[in-house]
Amino acid sequence: MIPRTPDILGVLPELIWCGFGVFLMLLQPFLKNRQALTFFAMFGASIGTLSTLFAGNGVGFGGLVMFDTYSLFFHWLVGLVSFLVILSADSYLQREGLDSAEFYALILFATAGMGVLASAQELLTAFIGLEMSSISSYILAGYRRDSIKSSESAMKYFLLGSFATAFFLYGIALVYGVTGSTTLGKLADASPSSTLLHLGLTLILVGLGFKVAAAPFQVWTPDVYEGAPTPVTALFSAGPKAAAFALLLRIFATVHAATTYWFWAFWILAALTMFVGNLGAVVQSNVKRLLAYSSIAHAGYILVAMASITTLAADERLGPIGAYAAVLFYLLSYSLVSVGAFTIVSELGGRGERYLTVDDLAGLATRQPFTAATLAIFLLSLLGLPITAGFLGKFYIFTAALNSNLYWLAVLMAINSVIGAYYYFRVLVVMYMREYKGPLPADAPAGLSATALMVVAVTVIATIYLGLWPNQILSLLTSQNPMLTAR
Amino acid sequence: MAIGGNLLNVLLFFPLVGVLAIMLLSKDDHLWIRRISFLVAIVEFLLSFLPVWAISPGTTGYKLEVFHQWIATPAINYHLGVDGISIFLVHLITLLTPIGILASWNDVKHRVKEFHVMLLLLEVGVIGIFLSLDLFLFFLFWEFGLIPLAFLIGIWGHERRIYAAIKFILYTMGGSIFMLVGMIWLYNKTGTFDLPALQAMVHSGALVLTPGAEMLLFLSFFVAFAIKVPLFPFHTWLPDAHTEAPTAGSVDLAGVLLKTGAYGLIRVCLPLFPDAARRAAPYVAVLAIISIIYGALVALVQPNLKRLVAYSSVSHMGFVVLGIFAFTNVALQGAVFLMLAHGISTGALFLLVGMLYERRHTFEISEFGGLVKPMPRYAAFFLFAVLSSLGLPLLNGFVGEFLVLIGTYQAHWKWAAWAATGVILSACYLLWAYQRVFFGEIAHAKNRDLPDVNAREKWVLVAMCFFMVWLGVHTRFFTLRFAASCQEILMQMNRNVMHEVALPEVVAHPAGTAALNSKAISMERPR
Repeated sequence: MIPRTPDILGVLPELIWCGFGVFLMLLQPFLKNRQALTFFAMFGASIGTLSTLFAGNGVGFGGLVMFDTYSLFFHWLVGLVSFLVILSADSYLQREGLDSAEFYALILFATAGMGVLASAQELLTAFIGLEMSSISSYILAGYRRDSIKSSESAMKYFLLGSFATAFFLYGIALVYGVTGSTTLGKLADASPSSTLLHLGLTLILVGLGFKVAAAPFQVWTPDVYEGAPTPVTALFSAGPKAAAFALLLRIFATVHAATTYWFWAFWILAALTMFVGNLGAVVQSNVKRLLAYSSIAHAGYILVAMASITTLAADERLGPIGAYAAVLFYLLSYSLVSVGAFTIVSELGGRGERYLTVDDLAGLATRQPFTAATLAIFLLSLLGLPITAGFLGKFYIFTAALNSNLYWLAVLMAINSVIGAYYYFRVLVVMYMREYKGPLPADAPAGLSATALMVVAVTVIATIYLGLWPNQILSLLTSQNPMLTAR
Repeated sequence: MAIGGNLLNVLLFFPLVGVLAIMLLSKDDHLWIRRISFLVAIVEFLLSFLPVWAISPGTTGYKLEVFHQWIATPAINYHLGVDGISIFLVHLITLLTPIGILASWNDVKHRVKEFHVMLLLLEVGVIGIFLSLDLFLFFLFWEFGLIPLAFLIGIWGHERRIYAAIKFILYTMGGSIFMLVGMIWLYNKTGTFDLPALQAMVHSGALVLTPGAEMLLFLSFFVAFAIKVPLFPFHTWLPDAHTEAPTAGSVDLAGVLLKTGAYGLIRVCLPLFPDAARRAAPYVAVLAIISIIYGALVALVQPNLKRLVAYSSVSHMGFVVLGIFAFTNVALQGAVFLMLAHGISTGALFLLVGMLYERRHTFEISEFGGLVKPMPRYAAFFLFAVLSSLGLPLLNGFVGEFLVLIGTYQAHWKWAAWAATGVILSACYLLWAYQRVFFGEIAHAKNRDLPDVNAREKWVLVAMCFFMVWLGVHTRFFTLRFAASCQEILMQMNRNVMHEVALPEVVAHPAGTAALNSKAISMERPR
């Protein structure tokens, strides 16, 4: 069967991303110039992202994928993230002496997978997207072949990730057994009281819970994040997480059987994830691990908004600042901040990622005032202080939770914010109020590279902009309820 | 009207001009950094007098309002305005900022550029708190002011500065995050963050909360404010933060940051949750009285001069809270006045203690003694500040405490009786400390030839003493302008009582009847 033009347009971004990935792999033997490769990769990432403008609006491949505002948003998000990650990886790969073409190709493949996840209307299509992004991620995690930590990271991610994918697949099988279909539209009409359907959805939730690093499925996160090359960690914390949340939101908000029934599941997941993430972060001395645990905590905050979605009746979800907008806004703000923060950490780590403890940041404010100031802005955004995107994100989630009368969850989230304040502020204290003990090592990085500087500039400006003028992006998120068109 | 319309914008953001200018200077150009930030702070001080013209004595309501839509959903507006209460608190910060810059002229020697940036940012944050008429904006500035102060303590403070900074951040963040939750809850019920709109809703009975919900909301705000004030038992961050902060930080902390908590109680807790405030009043009063007496007793036994002044703040701020929760016009006026008076006199005490530290690098009282011989003029200024702080008539402290006590007496004579012991105790600890530091034999050879105040220090102190006398003598200038605003706040509460007068439990409650009495009293007071 030859696909029709609308079908092709529906997956145009994915096609371009994959095409550029293949193109880069072919280019590698002939093009030794690393910067040219970086340029091609960035070009591919941005062309793919921009092609969403032509992707049309509607169903493709007989209902397998659907391009709507919702998937447009996620395509832009993952496209932007991979663009920034490629840019920040440039100096990293040079420093570590790693090949760049494969690296960029893998990032583009992973991005294509995330794109599929965001627009999938059918569970097996979603599964393919999940696998595309996961398998690329496994390889990326182990990209520093010489480093034991990196190999450990890849191995752990692969084993546990495969396990989670198996859960996901088994869940799909059970759901198919009950309903005779794997499309979300059919599932929406299925009888909500079937036990087997609930079991299938539970397994899907477990599989996706692993991908978004929700406790108790979060055990892999700190090790994988710590071992993976830092730009890859930036990608992990932003891209796949956002894409998995996209699918989670699609399934657990469109399928009747999967809404109110799941309230307590999300409630407990959210509470557990917040506490595990924040309490874990308090005792960390490695910045990457600290940010890994903080990433778990932030997944917990997003799950609070998920829990509040499940309490709403279908027509209430259309509210002007519904919980949907809260989730999307939070994902956007967190992704930007996380990519920015990991980029700085990647630059500060120096060759071989040696300087990654919190103590290595001592006196950063006097040595590199600009780097310290930008990292401080990212940390304050993660902490949720005003005039940053992180504050508004948290604000919208609180609003969503209180709208749904989830008072206790809101209180738990408030307590967690205070715990979070402690460890983020501890990093600030070290940067601004302590002096470096002893002489600086000769190979300690002196400043940000030009490419990293660009990433940091973009993310800082976006963080402040979203914190001050969220109107445009919010109206995009709320103008058209994504789930309505998905039905 | 164009200038009037933008006056508050200019007032709020003018210090940022200084921040930008300082940013452009080289970081080694200390002299010009100090000069420019001082100039900006002085201009800001003069600017802050312009709004006083808009507040004619006896008028109520918010003046010079600025209103712009900011975030569409949820409806958050950029809404500024002043009334008789907030304008003088703005003066306090615009006065204490240049004073703080002058006081740190020689004191702060490293990272001078960042120091002045932080001071000016702090000024913006605090002015923002006082000018905001939108709860969201209020919260935004509330959090915004936190970071510069934490940095001031943590970078330029004394030995245990980092511990103090983290403690300060965690305490205040802990309080404010629950305020945020309460604020959003309130928004979900009412659909607005606009303070005047919310006050009107409560006033007209359009917003009726169940007693339990109102109490929870009240508490979520109250705890955040009580931590900032600080009220016993939330006060433990204050001695550390005060003692470890650099002089300018302590002056701003004592002078203004503590007032933001009390201001929040007046501006948010009383008008928005009047019934809950009334029910909580007896308990709050007990906490305030404990603060007064406990703060004074701890100050009495402090071996550290700066900690002594810090605990005296706990004691004095107890009076402020007591005055607010007595719900009489006189007591509320006293509370507002005491906020100003305490800002000046405690600010002066911290300046003086800081000057002593510059010379001897210690705060231990036992290290001093007989200082009146080498430093007679310093001793005179110190005595002036001590007398103003302990409430000598004709100086600022007396007016505030006297009004609070008399106003509280009208409602609850027992509260006033307990609180009055604080006045006696404050005389004890301040005069005793003064005696130990300045009189007697010179026990330490180092103290024998300490230099007296220099010209810069002299003019800083003269300015502070001038304001002590002005507040103490020309009290009417201030009370005339905020009396009506205080009365309006109580009227809003009392009108509410008239609505619910049929409810037996409100009338039976001592605090409820007290509030009714206070209405009668407030009506008698000539404007």
